Amino acid sequence: MSEASEGEVRLPESLSGVEPVQSVRTPIRLEYDYRPSTSAESYLRAYGEKRIIGHRSPVDGAVFIPPRGVDPRHGVAISEEVDLPDTGHVGNFCVTHLPIPGRKGLEVPYVSAWIHLDGAAVGFLGLVRGCPSEEVRIGMQVRAVWKPDGELGTTAENILHWEPTGEPDVPFERAGNRSFHAGRGEETDA
Amino acid sequence: MAKQRTAVLGVGQTKYQSTRGDVSMAGLVREAALRALVDAGLEWSDMDAVVIGKAPDFFEGVMMPELYLADALGCVGKPILRVHTAGSVGGSTALVAASLVQGGIHRRVLTIGFEKQSESNATWALSLPQPFSVSINAGAGGYFSPIIRHYMERSGAPDLIGCMVAFKDRQHALRNPYAHLHQHDLTFDQVVEAPMLWDPIRYSETCPSSDGACAMVLGDEAAGDAAAGPVAWVHGTAMRSEANNFPGRDEVDPQASRDCAADVFRQAGISDPRSEIDVAEMYVPFSWYEPMWLESIGFAERDAGWRMVEEGATHLDGGDLPVNCSGGVLSSNPIGASGMIRFAEAALQVRGMAGDHQVEGARRAFGHAYGGGAQYFAMWVVGADRP
Repeated sequence: MSEASEGEVRLPESLSGVEPVQSVRTPIRLEYDYRPSTSAESYLRAYGEKRIIGHRSPVDGAVFIPPRGVDPRHGVAISEEVDLPDTGHVGNFCVTHLPIPGRKGLEVPYVSAWIHLDGAAVGFLGLVRGCPSEEVRIGMQVRAVWKPDGELGTTAENILHWEPTGEPDVPFERAGNRSFHAGRGEETDA
Repeated sequence: MAKQRTAVLGVGQTKYQSTRGDVSMAGLVREAALRALVDAGLEWSDMDAVVIGKAPDFFEGVMMPELYLADALGCVGKPILRVHTAGSVGGSTALVAASLVQGGIHRRVLTIGFEKQSESNATWALSLPQPFSVSINAGAGGYFSPIIRHYMERSGAPDLIGCMVAFKDRQHALRNPYAHLHQHDLTFDQVVEAPMLWDPIRYSETCPSSDGACAMVLGDEAAGDAAAGPVAWVHGTAMRSEANNFPGRDEVDPQASRDCAADVFRQAGISDPRSEIDVAEMYVPFSWYEPMWLESIGFAERDAGWRMVEEGATHLDGGDLPVNCSGGVLSSNPIGASGMIRFAEAALQVRGMAGDHQVEGARRAFGHAYGGGAQYFAMWVVGADRP
C-alpha cells in the first residue's frame, strides 16, 4: 500500500496483505436456576415418585398435562390435581434423522411422539422405543419405561421412553387431540 | 366506521442468499427500504412512520434491534413500531402498517421485515430445553412433521404430493431473480430421492436458511392517486391466533386459519376464492403445507387440496390458481421477511410488476403468512382496482 491519505487507516507492516475481518463468531451461553410455579413444582415432584399428575378443568373435566393451573380455553383457574396412568397412545409422531447438537444418548433416527395418556385431553412429548421406527403408528398404545428407582430425579426425563403395549391401536378418528371430542360423542372435524 | 383506502406504492427486496457478509442488519434493511422508496418514487422524508418485524430476537441474539435500526431506516424523530408474531411476522407487520393508514393515523408508512439467518441458528434456537419437558424436538420440522403425517393419513393423498410442490416452487424460483435457491439442474427424481430429515419431510421439501429483507411503502388514497406507476389497493386484511395445544384442536386445519380466511374474503367481497383470486402467495416452509392451506383457506374442499397440486392447478404454467410464483418460502426463507415477501409478491402481481413470474392479467391476489405452531395467521387481498 502506498502512502495513506488523510482519514485512511494505516496498517502495521505485519498486517499488510491479511484478509480483512468481516465478522466474528462469539458463542454465548446463559445458565439460570429455574424456580417452578406451584403447579409445575407439584408436577416435577410427582415424577420423583414415578407419578404423573394433571389438572382437571372445572368447566368440562378436560385434563391438562403438564398442569399449568389454568384452563386456557376458558380463562379459569384450576386447582384439582389428578393422577394419570403411565399408559396411553401415540397421537402423532415424527421420525427424526437430524441429531440434536450436544444431546447425548439419542441415536438417529429416533421417534418423538405426542403421547396422549389415558384420561388426558392433550398430549405431551415423549420418545418411543421398543420397536422399529417404521412400525410406529398413529394410535399405537404405549406404556412408560421409567429410570431405575435409584436414579429418579424431579424431572420429566425420569421416563426414559415409551414402548408398545401390544394392545389394539386406538382408531385414527379417536387418536390424538381428536379423542377429546370423540370421547364426548360430539361432532368432530377430525 | 369506514376504513381509509390504502395502497401499496412501492416494494423493495434484497437478493435472498445464505450469507450477506458484506452488510450488517442495518445495511440489509436499508437496502430493501431504499428500493421500496425508489419504486414508490418517494423520499425518506415522505415517510410518516416505520413498522418493522423480524422473528424472535434470540435467533441472532440482538435484543430489540429496531432501536438501532431506526437510524438506518430514516426514522429518527419519527414513530417506529416493532411487531412480534413468530414466522407470520412479515405478514402481521404489513397489516399493522396498513392499519395505521386505514385508521387515518399516518398518510405514508414504510414497513419492513428481515432476518439474518447467517448470524443465527433458527433450528436449534427453536429447540431450547424446557424444565417440564423432555428435550427431543429437533427444530420446526420436528414440530410440523406429525401434523403433515396426520394430513397425509386423513386425506389419503399420494406420498409424492409434497415432492411435487417442492419441485414446482423450485421451478418457479428460477423465474425470480431475488429467490435464494436457483437449482437449474434439479430433477423431480432428485427431490424424491433426497434423504428424510423429519420423516415424512425430506430435506428437499424444506425451506433454506436465508439472509434478506423485504420492504413496502403503503399510502392513503391520495398517495395512491398521486403515484406515477401502478399501485396495489388493499381489499381486505385479517389476523387471527390460537393456542398451539388444547383439547380438541385441529392442528391440520386450525380454527384461527379458517376464521382469518373467512374474514379477509368477506372484506374483499369474495365468495368463491378459487375463481375470484388470480394468484396466491402462501407461507409454505414445508411442501405439504401447500395442499393443507389450500383447504384451510377455502381454495379447495377438505381433503382435496392435494388434487389441485396433482392436477397442476397451482403451477405458474397453465394453473388456474398459481401458488408461490416467486418460488415461495421453499426457495427463500429470511424468516422475519418471509411473510412480507408473500404480501409484497401479491402486490407486485396485481401491479403487473412480477417480471418473469408474472401471472398474465392478475387483478386480485392473496397474501398469506403463518407462524408459531401453525397458530398465528395474517392474510390480505390486494387488487389492481380501487375497492
